[in-house]
Amino acid sequence: MTSPLRGEVFRLYKNLLYLGREYPKGSTYFRERLKAAFMKNKDVTDPEKIKHLVDRGEFVIKELEAMYYLRKYRTLKKRYYEEEH
Amino acid sequence: MSARVLVGVKRVIDYAVKIRVKPDHTGVVTDGVKHSMNPFCEIAVEEAVKLKEKKLVKEVVAVSCGPQQAQGKEIDLQIISNKRMTVGFILQETIRTALAMGADRGIHVEVSGKDYETLGPLQVSKILAALAKKEEANLIILGKQAIDDDCNQTGQMTAALLDWPQGTFASEVTMDRDMLKVVREIDGGLETIKIKMPAVLTADLRLNTPRYATLPNIMKAKKKKITTVKPGDLGVDVSSRLEVLNVEEPPQRLAGVKVETVDDLVGKLKEAGKI
Repeated sequence: MTSPLRGEVFRLYKNLLYLGREYPKGSTYFRERLKAAFMKNKDVTDPEKIKHLVDRGEFVIKELEAMYYLRKYRTLKKRYYEEEH
Repeated sequence: MSARVLVGVKRVIDYAVKIRVKPDHTGVVTDGVKHSMNPFCEIAVEEAVKLKEKKLVKEVVAVSCGPQQAQGKEIDLQIISNKRMTVGFILQETIRTALAMGADRGIHVEVSGKDYETLGPLQVSKILAALAKKEEANLIILGKQAIDDDCNQTGQMTAALLDWPQGTFASEVTMDRDMLKVVREIDGGLETIKIKMPAVLTADLRLNTPRYATLPNIMKAKKKKITTVKPGDLGVDVSSRLEVLNVEEPPQRLAGVKVETVDDLVGKLKEAGKI
């Protein structure tokens, strides 16, 4: 019954949960949507499809990291550097 | 290839947090406030790790000064239960973040109580200078300043104490054996200097893009070693010569006014003496 990809999906969920703590709209907002997104696909059994979904999750991780970086960079730039013309 | 890099990391109130001054004006409220690694220190760690990945240095050592608060166990639980790490986010966690980004090992310089409250750039640079000698470091990389006290002094003081050359406000660093080419951000442009190692670098905002300390890497970083030393062991006196007299909030920004017509606007501007 248990898919060999189970661990991978768990890891993805945990990693996303961890990243969500810094989400601008709050960790609760993020967690609810994260859970909904995973639950929506809970009945998927085709390994190919699961892999595809995990890849999408990995992509979201990259996007989140980029967003956090940019947010921090912009804040610091605004605080410490004069506007460029 | 045999070089060892020392990276200083500071735990500060998170950049996104609204800072509040204590009612008695002795400082800012830190209890129950989210802390994280100073963003400029993240840039410094990233640069050191990049040098290691290019195989230009042998080892990256992350150093931080501060008290030993909660126990490690509490933090483990908090990561798993996904609670916001406020109290639990202790100094060692800042070092751990540096280790998760790729530093090889950590040194926690234990400073607590009154000494920690008055710990300033001079004391930290004395500690860093002593550690650089003890660890036989060839390069010290620091953030140009911390976002809490905005001192921008630690790198310069460390270089002075060690009598090493310094490349401050670095926006690009190239290492060629024991020479460093540093592009510095200065008023109105860039300056390129060449300095000989051992040296001190301080990182400016555009030096690199710090990688994110991901959960798996933080878990892996738990296996890396963090040694604890006391300033006394290094022969450093951390007593401060400064006294904080008063801490004030910046003046409140006044609310704007909406005007209906151009004439109103001109009138208001004339009133304010702008035209």
